[in-house]
Amino acid sequence: MKRGHDNWETVIGLEVHTQLATRSKIFSGSSTAFGAAPNTQASAVDVALPGVLPVLNKKAVECAIRFGLAVDATLNRVNVFDRKNYFYPDLPKGYQISQLAKPIVEGGTLKIVVEGEERTIHLTRAHMEEDAGKSLHEDFHGMTGIDLNRAGTPLLEIVSEPEMRSSAEAVAYARALHTLVTWIGICDGNMQEGSFRVDANVSVRPVGQAEFGTRREIKNLNSFKFLQQAIDYEVRWQIGTLEDGGRIEQATVLFDPDTGETRMMRSKEDAHDYRYFPDPDLLPVKLDEDWIEAVRAGLPELPAAMQARFQADYGVSAYDAAVLTGSRALADFFEAAARACGQGKLAANWVMGELSAALNKAELDIAQSPVSATQLGTLIARIQDGTLSGKLAKQVFEGLWEGAGEVDAIIEARGLKQMSDSGELEKIVDDVLAANPKSVEEFRSGKEKAFNALVGQVMKASRGKANPAQVNELLKTKLQ
Amino acid sequence: MPDASLSALAAQLAAKQVSSRELARQYLDRIAALNPAINAFITVDAEKTLLEAAAADARIAAGQAGPLTGVPIAHKDIFCTDGWLTTCGSKMLHNFVAPYDAHVIQRFKAAGMPSLGKTNMDEFAMGSSNETSYFGAVKNPWNTACVPGGSSGGAAACVAARMAPAATGTDTGGSIRQPAALCGITGLKPTYGLVSRYGMIAFASSLDQAGPMAPSAEDCALLLNVMTGFDPNDSTSLEREKEDYTRDLDQPLAGLRVGLPREFFAEGLNSEVAAAVEAAVTELKKLGATTVEISLANSKLAIPVYYVLAPAEASSNLSRFDGVRYGYRAPDYASLDDMYCKTRAQGFGAEVKRRILIGAYVLSHGYYDAYYLQAQKIRRLIADDFNQAFKACDIILGPTAPGTAFKLGEKSDDPVEMYLNDLYTIPANLAGLPGMSLPCGFDAKGLPIGLQLVGNYFSEAKMLNVAHQYQRATDWHSRQPEDLK
Repeated sequence: MKRGHDNWETVIGLEVHTQLATRSKIFSGSSTAFGAAPNTQASAVDVALPGVLPVLNKKAVECAIRFGLAVDATLNRVNVFDRKNYFYPDLPKGYQISQLAKPIVEGGTLKIVVEGEERTIHLTRAHMEEDAGKSLHEDFHGMTGIDLNRAGTPLLEIVSEPEMRSSAEAVAYARALHTLVTWIGICDGNMQEGSFRVDANVSVRPVGQAEFGTRREIKNLNSFKFLQQAIDYEVRWQIGTLEDGGRIEQATVLFDPDTGETRMMRSKEDAHDYRYFPDPDLLPVKLDEDWIEAVRAGLPELPAAMQARFQADYGVSAYDAAVLTGSRALADFFEAAARACGQGKLAANWVMGELSAALNKAELDIAQSPVSATQLGTLIARIQDGTLSGKLAKQVFEGLWEGAGEVDAIIEARGLKQMSDSGELEKIVDDVLAANPKSVEEFRSGKEKAFNALVGQVMKASRGKANPAQVNELLKTKLQ
Repeated sequence: MPDASLSALAAQLAAKQVSSRELARQYLDRIAALNPAINAFITVDAEKTLLEAAAADARIAAGQAGPLTGVPIAHKDIFCTDGWLTTCGSKMLHNFVAPYDAHVIQRFKAAGMPSLGKTNMDEFAMGSSNETSYFGAVKNPWNTACVPGGSSGGAAACVAARMAPAATGTDTGGSIRQPAALCGITGLKPTYGLVSRYGMIAFASSLDQAGPMAPSAEDCALLLNVMTGFDPNDSTSLEREKEDYTRDLDQPLAGLRVGLPREFFAEGLNSEVAAAVEAAVTELKKLGATTVEISLANSKLAIPVYYVLAPAEASSNLSRFDGVRYGYRAPDYASLDDMYCKTRAQGFGAEVKRRILIGAYVLSHGYYDAYYLQAQKIRRLIADDFNQAFKACDIILGPTAPGTAFKLGEKSDDPVEMYLNDLYTIPANLAGLPGMSLPCGFDAKGLPIGLQLVGNYFSEAKMLNVAHQYQRATDWHSRQPEDLK
């Protein structure tokens, strides 16, 4: 066996649990709001009292339809809820209501961009299910507390084909999926609160081998960073194990962010037989065409379509278009700014440059930006019409960020208008030429650098307000 | 009083000849006198009953009474009843006081019918003799050495002994009809989906259906008017227009086509039962009915199919009884798994455990297709047989059970022999069809014999019409055990 990571290929498939953004639970009327006192959002149905029955929340189904349409998948017109049976204290019924044989969504694709290259990842399926509650092991002195607030929260589990070949691709896929589910409004995307949880199925195989290696499943990764770290560690571990003559056993593992390592949770031998069967308390879910079309009509323009349009309408690059559609709020901001100034490429540069840098530094997201899209658009328009140089524009941007008022007011108040009076500029140029005979001499003797020094002197003397192009032109004329 | 029909009691209440409190008191007294011998009730709470009766009297006084306001009723202990112990006949729930009312209970409360208590039943409705109850066997009022049938044995016995004018029951494979037959009363299992299952502790969700148990078909029609109706809390509840099930009671039977399934009159049927059922057919013919022989060829598979599907659903439905949140928890345990094992080992009786094991087995990996899926396919064939049959007849008639009440303990050691008691009742559950049992005679030992009617979907009014006309022509349903009179 050849050794070294170059001789191995990594195979990754992801299962992502997205919490659907419904106000009430999937089978009861309880609230899904995060952070309430334990068991205050658990009804008779959530606690699984004897005799209670589930009633499906149509909003959850609508979210699943939205997703299916957004990834161009097959929507199963009849889909079925099954019971997944196992015992755990935070699973009140002793079974989870999920979908096995007939999920609501099958197939579909998602485009990702890794190192500038676009790839299409195929989805296997997406199905609706209910979340479990939480077991609280601390603070109970050898006992376990159960909080059923989360029990019955609607989830859409989205399963990819094992088509990713590196942690970078897995992260790109997870990010693209995160963007999409928040974009179409079916998930709030909050990873800290568990609204978007990733399980990664990872295996390795010798390059050129057709069959997959034995996979291990890393459970419950709640950040993109951990996803990357966990896969990287797992791949190294699997390759090392195989190269040392060991075997990979199918298993479920957990990632420990403190050590950066994965550790065994349960082996295949401990695997449950879930005894799935159709839930007799729920009728098959039927999707009629009118419902599907109504949901389709309510879908926003999707990231892929918007990227193509940004390239066509605003002349931005494919890369920029992908960055600008990183979230719906960012895309909307960009488009509003671009429309306000009529300058797509400049708007893209400002949004991805100055604005993003300032937001990152202040740890704000685009929705919280102190500078509005209209203000940014006006600022860019002032560059375009010659009122501002790029440098002055940055000063105005700072003023906008501080909340000092509108663009023109800041220019006026701070005297940032580019010098437009050619008589005034000519006088400065003449003074500079008179004061720097050495530079003039050097330029005339062929030293190009001396010209730049003179430009610098003029800009300095104008306190940055001179139009650099005008300065160049004047100097050239005078020095001829 | 013990002989009065529901409509007669309602008339006395309306005429202020008796108050609901007085009526409740009389029944409570009779329960106090007879229940020690019969064991039909798990919980009796006179104070609660009398409070509800007083509220009914206030409604009557205020002129806001419905047709049955003030008439008391007993509820099977499978229905969650707010503030009442609700045990489902199990040690697992021996201490469970329900914090809410089942839909059926809500309806009877809304109708102003006071509850006389919670009736005994086979544990989690699993049984045909009422011997699996954690609270002890129920005795048949016609012969206390005999079983009352099950699982609604307490309900059937309390009505037969006139400890209550009526009772609620539930029927998964015959649990209303078989005890009605063995106790000589009338009981009806409606079309699946007609009565909400919300708050009714689930045994086998796709088969369970609640229904009325009372001396006569007319009583059952009045009770059905109260029980049925759409419930948004039960996804399998049917959204239909409200019906008056008494509307066709007095229709003549001329032209009625009665289907006699040859499979129900074959080997295994007790000859005295066969004779009584045939006599009933003769009676119906006198009333203008004609008969036609039909075949329900796949019904012979009903018991094996049922004993795959019902335990499969039960094994999952009963998983919530884990000792974590309510009900019984083993006193000593070493770990979580140990707590589960001991709680369920100690909390469930033998029959319940047997069915959980069967259910877990037929759903397990590698066996699902061979058992569960196969059973579902046959279930469809059984329903198809009925569809075919109803092209040739309006109603199907046969025996309810293959024999009359058997001795306590007689079949306890042989589950298969016990299961055969539901041979004729299970097919209707598998097909989701309505069925009823009504008294049609007695055997040589003086034990009641039950006649079963199975109708097409939503034909309850027709079934009740047939039963009522038969009961106008006969008096089997009004007979009572001599020594309890």
